[in-house]
Amino acid sequence: MASVTDLEALLRPPAMEMPPYPPKAITLASGEEMIVRQADREEMPVLLKAIYPLLLVERDYYDIVAARLYSELLAYKRYRVKDEYVLVGLIDGVLAGLVNGRLVDGKVGMSYHTLTIRRGLRVGSHLFAAKMEYHIEHCGQDEVLIVAESPIGFRRWMIEYPLEKKYEVQHELGGVPSWVLTRTTYFEAKPRLVSGRRPVPADKLAGAAVIHLPGEETVHLQVTGEKGGKA
Amino acid sequence: MRPVYVVGAGMTRFGRSEWPLVDLAATASLAALHHANLGKTPVDAVVVANMGAGRINRQTAIASALVDRLSLWPAAAEAVENGPASGASAVKVGYQAIAAGMAEVVLVTGVEMMRAVDGLEATDFVASLSHPEAEYIYGVTLPSLAGLFTRLYMDRYGVERRHLALVAIKNHDNAMKNPYAHIHQPVTMEGILTSPEAAVNNPPVAEPLHMFDCCPVSDGAAAVVLASQEVASKLGAPRVLVAGIGQATDTHAVQERQDPTDLKAVRLASAAAFERAGAKPSDIDVAELHDAFTILEIAESEAAGFFKVGQAHKAVERGETALTGKLPINPSGGLKAKGHPVGATGVAQIVELTWQLRGEATGRQIAKAKTAYACNFGGFGNNVVATVLRKEER
Repeated sequence: MASVTDLEALLRPPAMEMPPYPPKAITLASGEEMIVRQADREEMPVLLKAIYPLLLVERDYYDIVAARLYSELLAYKRYRVKDEYVLVGLIDGVLAGLVNGRLVDGKVGMSYHTLTIRRGLRVGSHLFAAKMEYHIEHCGQDEVLIVAESPIGFRRWMIEYPLEKKYEVQHELGGVPSWVLTRTTYFEAKPRLVSGRRPVPADKLAGAAVIHLPGEETVHLQVTGEKGGKA
Repeated sequence: MRPVYVVGAGMTRFGRSEWPLVDLAATASLAALHHANLGKTPVDAVVVANMGAGRINRQTAIASALVDRLSLWPAAAEAVENGPASGASAVKVGYQAIAAGMAEVVLVTGVEMMRAVDGLEATDFVASLSHPEAEYIYGVTLPSLAGLFTRLYMDRYGVERRHLALVAIKNHDNAMKNPYAHIHQPVTMEGILTSPEAAVNNPPVAEPLHMFDCCPVSDGAAAVVLASQEVASKLGAPRVLVAGIGQATDTHAVQERQDPTDLKAVRLASAAAFERAGAKPSDIDVAELHDAFTILEIAESEAAGFFKVGQAHKAVERGETALTGKLPINPSGGLKAKGHPVGATGVAQIVELTWQLRGEATGRQIAKAKTAYACNFGGFGNNVVATVLRKEER
C-alpha cells in the first residue's frame, strides 16, 4: 500500500519549470503607482481572504469570478492545479486587483481570472495585460486561451485587443468556446495596452513585499459602486 | 409675472442605483421637501424631468407615479422630456406655473436610471437625440460630435489636450468635496496625459477626446421646490430668486450650422437669462456648466460671456475657474465627475447653486456667492436653457 507521501505525489499534477514574472511599476490615472508582481504560494491565504467577501456580490458577475478564483487559488495553495501563477497589483502595498492563469503546455497558456478591487482606474486592464505579457514574453508561449464571464470582460479582452475565435477548444472555465490571443495579436496590441516600468526600485519593491487588504466595507463599495438611492 | 423662489433643494448620490426609478425620484423629492420645510403648505404641482424611462426602464407617466409615491394627490403632475436639457426645462415649466399664478408651490424633480442598460445601449439611447437622417443613421454619437467639435476648437483657438485635462483634473478634485458625486477619484496630469502609461489609463473615445474627457453614465435624481413670494416669505430660510431663465434652439443637425464652433443657443439663452435677471456675466459668482465633455465647459463659458471667444482655456490654465478662482465653474464636480443622469442634470445644477447661494455647500462653498448661473445643454447645443439665480437678503 502506498504511503501518504506517495499518494500525495500522485494527487499533485506534475509541474513544469516556470519563469518568474519580473515586477513592474505603473502610474495610474490618479497619479498613484501600482506595483505588479508575482504572488507566492504562501501568499494565497491573504488573497483568499480578500476574495471571500465578493462571493455574494452579484453585480458585474463578481460572485462567479470570486467563487472560481477562490477555488483556483486554493488549488494552487494545496497543489491541486497544474502550473498556475498569480499576479497582484498593489497600490501603497494595498491589494488593488489580481489575475491568474496557468500553462497548458510549453506553447499554450490558459487565462483564468481578472478581479479588480480598486475600480475606475483601469487596474483590471493593466493586470490582464501583465498576464498576457507573462505568457507571451516571459514564458515564450504562442497563444493564450481566454473567455470572459462578464460583458465588461468581453469588451476589455475580446473587443479591445481584439482576440480571435478558437471555438473548437472548450475553455476550462465552464466549457465556454475559447478565444485566443496569439503572439501577433499581442505585439500589435502591446503599444496600446501593455505598459509599466522596470526595474522597480528596491524601496518601492520593499513597499510591495507584503500584501495588505483594504477593509471589507471599502472593498464592497469599490466593487459595487453603490451610491444611488441614498439621499 | 410673479417672482419665483427656490425654497428647497435635495438630491441622491449619483452613481449606480439598485433602487427602482420612482423610489430614486422620491428620495430626492423628499430631501428637497424636507429642506424647504413647507409645513402644511400644499404642493400644487409636480414636474418630472426624464429622458429615457420609457425606453430604458420600461416606465412611463412617471410624474403621476411620483405624486402617488409621495401621497401628494391631487397635485397636478406632468413629465418633461427635452433631451439632456430636460432638467432645466422642467424648472422652467414649474417657474412659469408660479409666475403665471397657476400655482404657489411646485416640486420639480429630475431622474434618470441609465445604468439599467450597458454602456453601449446608453450611448445609443442618448444618440437618438441626434438628427435621424443626417446624423444618427451614420452612427453619429454624442462623443463623436463632441470629438469633431473639439478638433475644430483646437485648430481655431489653440486649445490643447492639456487644457482639456486641466478641466477634468479640476472637476474631479471638486467632486472629491461633493458627497453626492458619482466619481470620487482624483486624477493627475501625469496619470491621464503625460506618463507613458497614460495611453492605457486614458484611452481614446472619439479623438481628440479620451476617456477622462467624457462624463460617466449615471443613475440619480435631484429635486427643487419652487414657491411664490408669498410662500417664500413665510419660510425662515435664505431666499434664492429665480432671477432669469433663457432658452434658445439651433439647427438639429450640427452640419447645418454656419459655424459649428459657435454655440449660438448657449449665447442666446444666456443673453436672455441675463437680461431678464438684470445682470451681466461679470456679476456671476459661481457657475454650473454642462461639461458632458471637457471641451464643453471651455466653449460654454465663452458663449455665456464669461470669457472672450478663444480665451477660456487660458483662464482654466490660470486657475480662474477653480474653487478659489475669480469665477469658480462646476464646484459640484460638473457632469464630468458629479455624473450625468441626463434628466436629473439640469435640476442638479440648480440644486448645487441653491446650496451655494444659501451657504450650504460644505467643503466646496464659494465665499460670498450672491449670483449664480447654470447652463443646461440639450442635444448637441440645439436646445439650451440658461438660468440665473440670485440670493436675496431677508
